Amino acid sequence: MRWMRQNISTVLLWIVLLTMPFWMKAVGGYTELATRVVVMGLAAMALNFLLGFTGTLSFGHAAYFGIGAYGVGMTIKYLVPSTALGMVVGVISGTLAAALIGALIVRLRGVYFAMVTIAFGQVFYFIAFRWNSVTGGDDGLNGWQRQALKLGWTTLDIQTHDKTFYYFALTCFALSALAMALLLKSPFGRTLVAIRENERRARFLGINVERHLWLSFVISCAFVSVAGTLYALLNNFTDPRALRWDMSGNFVIMAVLGGMRSFWGPLIGAAIFVVLQDYVSSVTENWMSVVGLVFVLVVLFFPRGVLGLLRGRGKL
Amino acid sequence: MQQLILFNIFNGLIVGAFYALMALGLSLILNLSGVINFAHGGFLALGAYLAYTLMPFVGFWGALLLAPFLTAGIGLVIERLMIRRLYGRDPLYSLLLTFGLAYILEDVARFIWGAQSLPYPVPAWLTRPLSSQYFFLTGYRLFMVLLVALAVSALFLILRHTRLGMRIRAGTLDLETVSALGVNVRVLRNLNFGLGIYLAGLAGVLAAGMLGLQPTIGTSLIMPSFVAIIVGGLGSLPGTLFGGLLIGIASGLTTVFFPSASEAIIYVMMGLVLLLRPRGLFGEEGRVQ
Repeated sequence: MRWMRQNISTVLLWIVLLTMPFWMKAVGGYTELATRVVVMGLAAMALNFLLGFTGTLSFGHAAYFGIGAYGVGMTIKYLVPSTALGMVVGVISGTLAAALIGALIVRLRGVYFAMVTIAFGQVFYFIAFRWNSVTGGDDGLNGWQRQALKLGWTTLDIQTHDKTFYYFALTCFALSALAMALLLKSPFGRTLVAIRENERRARFLGINVERHLWLSFVISCAFVSVAGTLYALLNNFTDPRALRWDMSGNFVIMAVLGGMRSFWGPLIGAAIFVVLQDYVSSVTENWMSVVGLVFVLVVLFFPRGVLGLLRGRGKL
Repeated sequence: MQQLILFNIFNGLIVGAFYALMALGLSLILNLSGVINFAHGGFLALGAYLAYTLMPFVGFWGALLLAPFLTAGIGLVIERLMIRRLYGRDPLYSLLLTFGLAYILEDVARFIWGAQSLPYPVPAWLTRPLSSQYFFLTGYRLFMVLLVALAVSALFLILRHTRLGMRIRAGTLDLETVSALGVNVRVLRNLNFGLGIYLAGLAGVLAAGMLGLQPTIGTSLIMPSFVAIIVGGLGSLPGTLFGGLLIGIASGLTTVFFPSASEAIIYVMMGLVLLLRPRGLFGEEGRVQ
């Protein structure tokens, strides 16, 4: 019975996602907002792979998001005008950076792990900020556009068609979500949950905790950089703010707001956060206070998120 | 060239002194309560703006004296109302809460005092250069270094010799035992938080005199302060102090040779420390896990 109910909500979720561009205008939104929900949702779900299912808090995921964004932008601008190749470069760069940083930090735990991820995130911010000639510095990387996708037998015009790009982003989202779900269902994913629940016991069972944490960190960052590439393609632009610490904080609050113990929770959180931010910044200059207040209220009153509330008490 | 190097080392020392002052406050709170206070930069800005507002009434020295205490008072209230409720829970929550507070504090500063940068008047006799050859040695900069040195010595004396300080140190090692010995841990953590925020407020007033006032004044100083803590060693206050000065001077020296890397260098240093000595230069063994 519960299995049925869970599946029904997943089906409903997909119906909403698949039809979103068609009713977005009717409820006062726009197609780009829908795409942003999907992209941010993917980023938050990728973060949650590490946060919710491995129990490790990274506050520096924006770095890999941003590397993905710059990777795709710089490839299209300087190397080849190809969206697909740009995405590949972006994701590989983000994943490599994560593999490198991850190796340095897997021995740290808890609050220190979080602090080091925050600090390392800043390295990439400063590179993007300072390396004017290549990254465009504070003004951001512009002067490039996402290119139409050539699929051999046909061409997908994601360049000028908002809706086509939405479905392209949704396809990337679906593939990433499927990959993460399969990974979490596999023995590897179960091991991650075991580490989350009791690291010492997992260690006694002969599990190489450090290697699992490292892998989980790298996988999580890889999918965050997928989201980053989509984000840059969506805006045809990227700037250092994409990899600054406040973006990392936004990912974490999306995951917590939606419910970090559930697979789809972060997507719900991202939807709420993105729509709220869009609305608030259109009506008041003081959107930072409102966003800050969301952080405070969520932490004090809804620490288990929306889905945590819906699923009832006692199950955390 | 020699003068340029000296100039940048001295500049780095000043910046490092700020990092250290910020990082010591962060470290105090982190060690005793396990909270990374992301809002520390916001409190720094608050201290600076409060001093600016107070100055017409109480003068430069009065503002220097009063503003940090006022900031600490606000810190005490915020700890009492919000942060206290998160002790013992996953550090995720206190991090998110203080993150939100940082947003709010920055926005409030912008709302009340405006987004444009404001000048912070310093007495004229303090801004004169002390020597014609070493033009960068203005009285104010020297005064800042001395004041930071004074504040840090005072902090270490308080921690070593007063009852409160001893309890803070003991609580850092084993809070449960301290509590069992009859110390009110809630009050202890509250005062400790206030002490940390006092240091942020003081750093804010001093920074205002050098950099002028703007709502984002604290955010640029908080990241290096994290690095100072990590490089110096988690759980060690002398380590934090050393870490702050070290990265300040390193960043100053890098400015001479490769200016665009002056920010990145401190993260490179952090990477090296984590690679070679994960607990930090002065860190105690086992604290990182």
